[in-house]
Amino acid sequence: MSRTVIELNGIKREFIVGDETVHALRGVSFSINEGEFVTIMGSSGSGKSTLLNILGCLDTPTAGEYYLDGISVRKMSKNKRAILRNRKIGFVFQNYNLLAKTTAIENVELPLMYNAEISSSERRKRAIDALKAVGLGDRLEHKSNQMSGGQMQRVAIARALVNNPAVILADEATGNLDTRTSFEILVLFQRLHAEGRTIIFVTHNPDISSYSSRNIRLMDGHVIEDTVNTNILSAAETLASLPANEDD
Amino acid sequence: MNWTNLFRISLKALANNKMRAFLTMLGIIIGVAAVITMISLGQGAKKNIQDEISGMGSNMIMIHPGGERRGGVRLDPSEMQTLKETDYKMLRKENLFLAGISPNVSMSGQLISGNSNYPSSVSGVSTDYISIRQLNVAEGEMFTETDIRKSAKVCVIGTTIVENLFPDGDNPLGKIIRLNQVPLKVIGILESKGYNSMGMDQDDIVLVPYTTVMKRFRAIDYLEGIFASAISEDMTDLATADIESILRRQHKLKDEEPDDFMIRTQQELSEILDTTTNLLTTLLACIAGISLLVGGIGIMNIMYVSVTERTREIGLRMSVGARSIDILVQFLIEAILISITGGILGILTGCGASAAIRWLGDWPVAIQPWSVILSFLVCTVTGVFFGWYPAKKAAALDPIDALRYE
Ligand SMILES: Nc1ncnc2c1ncn2[C@@H]1O[C@H](COP(=O)(O)OP(=O)(O)O)[C@@H](O)[C@H]1O
Ligand SMILES: [Mg+2]
Repeated sequence: MSRTVIELNGIKREFIVGDETVHALRGVSFSINEGEFVTIMGSSGSGKSTLLNILGCLDTPTAGEYYLDGISVRKMSKNKRAILRNRKIGFVFQNYNLLAKTTAIENVELPLMYNAEISSSERRKRAIDALKAVGLGDRLEHKSNQMSGGQMQRVAIARALVNNPAVILADEATGNLDTRTSFEILVLFQRLHAEGRTIIFVTHNPDISSYSSRNIRLMDGHVIEDTVNTNILSAAETLASLPANEDD
Repeated sequence: MNWTNLFRISLKALANNKMRAFLTMLGIIIGVAAVITMISLGQGAKKNIQDEISGMGSNMIMIHPGGERRGGVRLDPSEMQTLKETDYKMLRKENLFLAGISPNVSMSGQLISGNSNYPSSVSGVSTDYISIRQLNVAEGEMFTETDIRKSAKVCVIGTTIVENLFPDGDNPLGKIIRLNQVPLKVIGILESKGYNSMGMDQDDIVLVPYTTVMKRFRAIDYLEGIFASAISEDMTDLATADIESILRRQHKLKDEEPDDFMIRTQQELSEILDTTTNLLTTLLACIAGISLLVGGIGIMNIMYVSVTERTREIGLRMSVGARSIDILVQFLIEAILISITGGILGILTGCGASAAIRWLGDWPVAIQPWSVILSFLVCTVTGVFFGWYPAKKAAALDPIDALRYE
């Protein structure tokens, strides 16, 4: 049995909107071990993003305990959470969230800019390695507005990798991409998984679940399904079987 | 704190938004430049007028006939004839505080010499006039007491008169010039003094013995004024008081009767003009202050818009691990860089504009170091403050709210 990276215990998250209380999460408990590739599914509004934000230390639960890499996050100060995000979390967003007019390498260097322990030469080397790992070794100096959606998402994944995080969190990371590019990104995630990384991938697209090692399904803030996927499909094979330039 | 990296981040952010950075700077540049230029204009005018006044003469006292004007109306021409030659002589004899004293009567008309003529006027004065007005005789000599006694037909002329009456470069000394058929022999030429700040040509001057003007030209028995100079600046008040008592006695004025003459001193004149120029400087400073304020509001506006516009960027930075303090410091460094660069450019622009006005407009300009320092400080402080305030708001944002911001 490998190490536990994430442990959730009765996580609740409520939002007060006007005089109404929205229960986004109504008590979620599960734990995720190192090296798992988990897809979190559910219809729109089921609480996926809220859960991911809590996992990513961007948000704090109203109730419940959350341990990241053995550290209790619930009572942490805003500053400490920022540092925790910087060292332990890699985020990939649906809309890439790259800095405008900024080169790929500078975008990838960004998390390390907020870590004083890393020298500028080390930072550059790590950024180049991360970009090579996502297949953009020849696009280091391209600016964000000179790249396609797929390339931008690769830069974002490189940025999520660069601090060697305990867990990579992706929120609808293929949501803005066409089928072919989505599978290219999925191939990348599968490769990262094969290299031993822990990945949590939020999606409303049920097809994607067959490519991950474990599926969690949310509904109305509850976990309604949590299964291990014994028959993991290869995204690379699916990609090869897709007709070329289908969506272009 | 990770200063080097935060500094790099700020520089990069500025470089990525050159237009915005420049527009923000523009407010500061205009503000600082306006303050420096306006104040150097005002102070330049003031200094110029002060120089002018001290160049007019040394500790000068001017006595004019007629009392203080009541309602600005002159009632009787005889009121303007109260100063007599005997007054001048008595003052000269009795007043111990005067270094020099000279009557003043003038006559204007066409000056003629050979084929040349030139409209001007002659001033009837005494020998002391030269020292009172700080004039110098460059060639020849000033007329003497004997000339005054004899109402001699002699004159001492300024360089403008020389140029206009002797255009061929003849030496005017010993030549005759005429005014109203009266021939005057040129016995001296004054050193050039140039134009004063009111644009008056100080070399357009002909000095003759005052007796000559009174008897030969105008046949009058009164003086148009008396010029005197006090021994020193401190003596001016004593001299003035003494002049007043001597003249009141001379004019047999009773205690309740007002003066029938007016005494003005160079000091008073310079105080009056100082008030005027100070008012001018204050006015200019107000205009400059307003442009500084507008500049400041411009900075605040752009900084504020910039923070709103960059909320998602802030959210992203926070999501990859930037702390609130990192965001605050980044925006502060940006504001400081913009303000200081703008301040320096403003100083250069202001000094350049002042210099340009001096060269092109021939306008007196005196750049004041305090205005440079003050405007620079005000601008950088404004810039940093208006940069700090929205940055503080940005830093306090919740990362998710910032990321979600549309
Ligand atoms: N900041 C917020 N304020 C109020 N309600 C929110 C907020 N964030 C999410 N919610 C609500 O919580 C529920 C879950 O939202 P979310 O986690 O974004 O769903 P999903 O990502 O699965 O579509 C929704 O009903 C949504 O309206
Ligand atoms: Mg969502």
